[in-house]
Amino acid sequence: MAGTSIMETLFQRDLDDLIKGIRQQQIKESLFISKAIEEIRREIKSTDLPTKSAALQKLSYLSSLHGADMSFAAFHAVEVMSSPQFFYKKIGYHAVTQSFNDDTPVILLITNQLRKDLNSSNQFEVSLALECLSRIGNVDLARDLTPEVFTLLSSSKVFIKKKAIAVVLRVFEKYPDAVRVCFKRLVENLESSEPVILSAVVGVFCELCLKDPRSYLPLAPEFYKILVDSKNNWLLIKVLKIFAKLATLEPRLAKRVVEPICELMRRTEAKSLLFECIRTVLSSLSEYESAVKLAVVKVREFLVDDDPNLKYLGLQALSIIAPKHLWAVLENKDFVIKSLSDGDYNIKLESLRLLMSMVSESNVAEISRVLINYALKSDPEFCNQILGSILSTCCRNLYEVIVDFDWYASLLGEMVRIPHCQKGEEIEHQIIDIAMRVKDVRPALVHVCRNLLIDPALLGNPFLHRILSAAAWVSGEYVEFSRNPFELMEALLQPRTNLLLPSIRAVYVQSVFKVLIFCAHSYLLHKENISSVNTDNLASEVPESVFARMSCENSDFATSEAPASSEQHDSFNPRNINQSFGDLSIENGGDATVSNGQASTSASLGRNSFTHESIVNLFNIVELALGPLSRSHDVEIQERARNVLGFTDLIEQEILNPVVQGEENLARAETEASRVVKLMCDAFSEELGPVSTSAQDRVPVPDGLLLKENLADLETICGDIQLPLSSSFSLSSTPLGEAVDISRTNLQSKDETEPSHESTSLLAEHRKRHGLYYLASEKSEGASNDYPPANDPMSQDKLNDDAEDLLKLTEQSLAPKKKPNQAKPRPVVLKLDGDEISIAAKKPELKGDLLSGVVQDVLLGNDGVPSSSRSNRSENLSGKSKGKEKLSTDLSLETKENVPGEKMPDHVNTSSRRSKHRSHGKERRQKGQGKDGEEKEDNGQKEKRKSNHHRGKHKAHQRADEPLNVVAQTPVIPDFLL
Amino acid sequence: MIKSVMVMNTQGKPRLAKFYDFQPVEKQQELIRSVFGVLCGRADNVSNFVEADSIFGPGTRLVYKHFATLYFVFIFDSSENELAMLDLIQVFVETLDKCFKNVCELDIVYNYSKLHTILDEIIFGGQVLETSSIEVIKAVEEISKCSPSLSPSTCLSFFGPSTRPLLLCYN
Repeated sequence: MAGTSIMETLFQRDLDDLIKGIRQQQIKESLFISKAIEEIRREIKSTDLPTKSAALQKLSYLSSLHGADMSFAAFHAVEVMSSPQFFYKKIGYHAVTQSFNDDTPVILLITNQLRKDLNSSNQFEVSLALECLSRIGNVDLARDLTPEVFTLLSSSKVFIKKKAIAVVLRVFEKYPDAVRVCFKRLVENLESSEPVILSAVVGVFCELCLKDPRSYLPLAPEFYKILVDSKNNWLLIKVLKIFAKLATLEPRLAKRVVEPICELMRRTEAKSLLFECIRTVLSSLSEYESAVKLAVVKVREFLVDDDPNLKYLGLQALSIIAPKHLWAVLENKDFVIKSLSDGDYNIKLESLRLLMSMVSESNVAEISRVLINYALKSDPEFCNQILGSILSTCCRNLYEVIVDFDWYASLLGEMVRIPHCQKGEEIEHQIIDIAMRVKDVRPALVHVCRNLLIDPALLGNPFLHRILSAAAWVSGEYVEFSRNPFELMEALLQPRTNLLLPSIRAVYVQSVFKVLIFCAHSYLLHKENISSVNTDNLASEVPESVFARMSCENSDFATSEAPASSEQHDSFNPRNINQSFGDLSIENGGDATVSNGQASTSASLGRNSFTHESIVNLFNIVELALGPLSRSHDVEIQERARNVLGFTDLIEQEILNPVVQGEENLARAETEASRVVKLMCDAFSEELGPVSTSAQDRVPVPDGLLLKENLADLETICGDIQLPLSSSFSLSSTPLGEAVDISRTNLQSKDETEPSHESTSLLAEHRKRHGLYYLASEKSEGASNDYPPANDPMSQDKLNDDAEDLLKLTEQSLAPKKKPNQAKPRPVVLKLDGDEISIAAKKPELKGDLLSGVVQDVLLGNDGVPSSSRSNRSENLSGKSKGKEKLSTDLSLETKENVPGEKMPDHVNTSSRRSKHRSHGKERRQKGQGKDGEEKEDNGQKEKRKSNHHRGKHKAHQRADEPLNVVAQTPVIPDFLL
Repeated sequence: MIKSVMVMNTQGKPRLAKFYDFQPVEKQQELIRSVFGVLCGRADNVSNFVEADSIFGPGTRLVYKHFATLYFVFIFDSSENELAMLDLIQVFVETLDKCFKNVCELDIVYNYSKLHTILDEIIFGGQVLETSSIEVIKAVEEISKCSPSLSPSTCLSFFGPSTRPLLLCYN
């Protein structure tokens, strides 16, 4: 036994050998390491301490830098750390500190060793123990070692004292009651003359303040003294961080510190301190205009500096101030825009953010134009950043900044054609979202979508498929706005759609269905009219009458208005009806140009659209394209394709019967078909709306469904499984994309114009390539093998060359200017109560609250509480924190209720029911206050007052318990400071 | 609070990794890799800050400095000042330089435990305790007096990029 030990020692590889071995790379690194670990596993069991510790050191090294697992060595680490020799002890401590956590079982074994070392006379041993405690200290260690830490806080050695101060942070965090013991000594050190000590203690308070600033307000005078007196930049930075937090809580304090901070700003040479001053002023003292002005001047210095770090921080500073003082950004807008072309990605990103913060109703179009041009020239990553920013800015608060939705629709279309565009998901979402929310944008959007669908090149880019899915859905859902449904049908069935994912192709097929039904329905109406109009000898005007009649919902309305708007009193004058319909759509806020244009163009369209041949053609195309799909392996596609084919089978015979018959025969033959078509048309005619996030709440719980009881059972069954008590209790919004599956046609109004030439040429090219496929094709020219790229940046003649131009372009747009007189009012954007639900406030952490409670107690001078009332208080405190939690619950519920737009009357009930449920489950003790929560009204102010009231109640409660405890609503700050 | 300190070479090999919040080793390796992934794509004349929210969670910042063949990386939260952290990296490297006399990557490779000792004197449990390299060196020397090192590093016989002194070719 002894022999092997000596052998091991003699031939053991130490850490240096190990490192050399790894570096020589004679065998593969991973292999070498696993061999070494095998060796270590053997060596670490040795009874010989040098061997053991060398093995442990090697293991620590491998774990830290090569990711080796060292949990198996936990016990050995404890053994090594208890060695009396410092050299080995250090190795042991290093291993323990590095690898232990709360889940390590043997962590319980080190308490005594730590205590022993904390009491050691060797300051380096004490230091090791403190370091260990500060890294792995858990509740037990913190509690058990508090007395030792307390003793060390008054150590005469600076080397120990500073570490003892720093370790207090961990001890407080894990064991708040330690505050009662240690806090006073900690505070005393704020007056230390030793800079290292002062810096350590301020560091600790800085950390504590960030978590819960309110508790440390009473210490403001001490911090103020440091702010005014100290010359140490590290220290000043920390104090500034503390004041940044405190000043927002206590306006009088802000007033007091603003001048010293400005003085520092003027005086200091250190950029770090200067930046901290700037940040403090911009984030917490933004009401003090002179200070802000000074800070902005200093920010400017940062911006013009050559050092990219300062430039970056300067831009960050601007983004802090942007929400409150936009002028500061506007003043520096030239830099912001120039930075967009900086070599540093961070700087570019920051300037992009700033640029977006300048966006308003009046300049959104111009900024977007500039940025889109810029995106065209950027690398893919930044390009997508730009697109992402535009998208997120524009959709903010339900498209708050967008007035002209037609423009926005075309912008979305343009984004799709940017070569690097990868924002498929967002664009998909927004296309569907605005289609459902903004009625007036639908004609323009359908046009944009058509242009996307019709372009075969886009199908080749998988990033765009989701957008195409949205486009297909919009085109199908709002097909009545389509200028040429036949063309649309060809686009939806083009052969390159086989590049799409099955799920998206299924959407395409569904849209085909809608378009088909729409065309069939229109055709039948058209026929009916021919027969009816024929009798009136008004054949020339037929199409218009068809046109008017097709707008099912509006036609009654239109006819009733017709006499009013027209002199002619012909009972069935189509021109007349059409005219009034046009008026009507203007009244509805529809696109004026479209509705004006319709009168002139509809005639020609009507004539050549729903003719017999075109319908036959349409049915042929559909059957040809969907035939193969009905045997698709994807069930969605297969089912939908079969649906469509079933439909065509059903009505084809009658609708397509080419025999010219007598009028009566014709009518009779088609009744069956038109009945089916009408039926389908009706099925699709209900309008889809966006789904409220709270929609689920409105579904009443059916009688006999005992949700709660089941859950209770569940808890007993799987008691140890922690059900996540998620803090968000609002149901996540139903993805709008899913709505694609449901489809309806909404025959509401019609805006049809001639297909534009540009699109016909696209289609022509498309036909060229697939001449075989399309029935009517002119395959004369040889088609090129490849489609032109979706968007060639070179062809953009308006492209700006550099940032200078960019600057010029935005020169006017960014300047704050009066709102232009809008030619037309902003269309209605459908809102839902669900849209404004904010994420529920997080539960305040119980522990943190406990800590602040203890700190407040200690600071306000009653640390000598008898232990009997201590437990009482901790109960109180937890009660208090629960009260807070309750409050936040109510607050967020309240925001949910406090929304404009249509609101279900029982919604309030639902939420109060829910709050009742919560109070029932969580705070039986607070029933009295729970009632308060149920009486919430739609008034934020009231709510706030009530929350104060709440807290007041708690305080009163506390006071009753402990008469000595002087708890003030706002902690006292001595007068000399204020 | 400083969350983590990393030193890695320009090939992405970690030379020092310290996490002040406990992280499982797999996670540590993953974090080191993702930091390197960000750093290696950055040019030399750009800012020393990197947005690290996606790697370390919201509110964290990353400052790095490139010396010869090494990246020194500090990750911290909002209670530290970015420029001060940049200075702290400088303090750390200067301390190393004084300890090892023209420190180069190899010194760092072979002096794993001394490196930790130095760093622990500067940063204690995530808090900056000492910013003077003189004080740090004093403490480190005393600690090594307590623990006679077994062998002074004898293995600097390699030549190559890793022997480039860090501070002379300060990037």
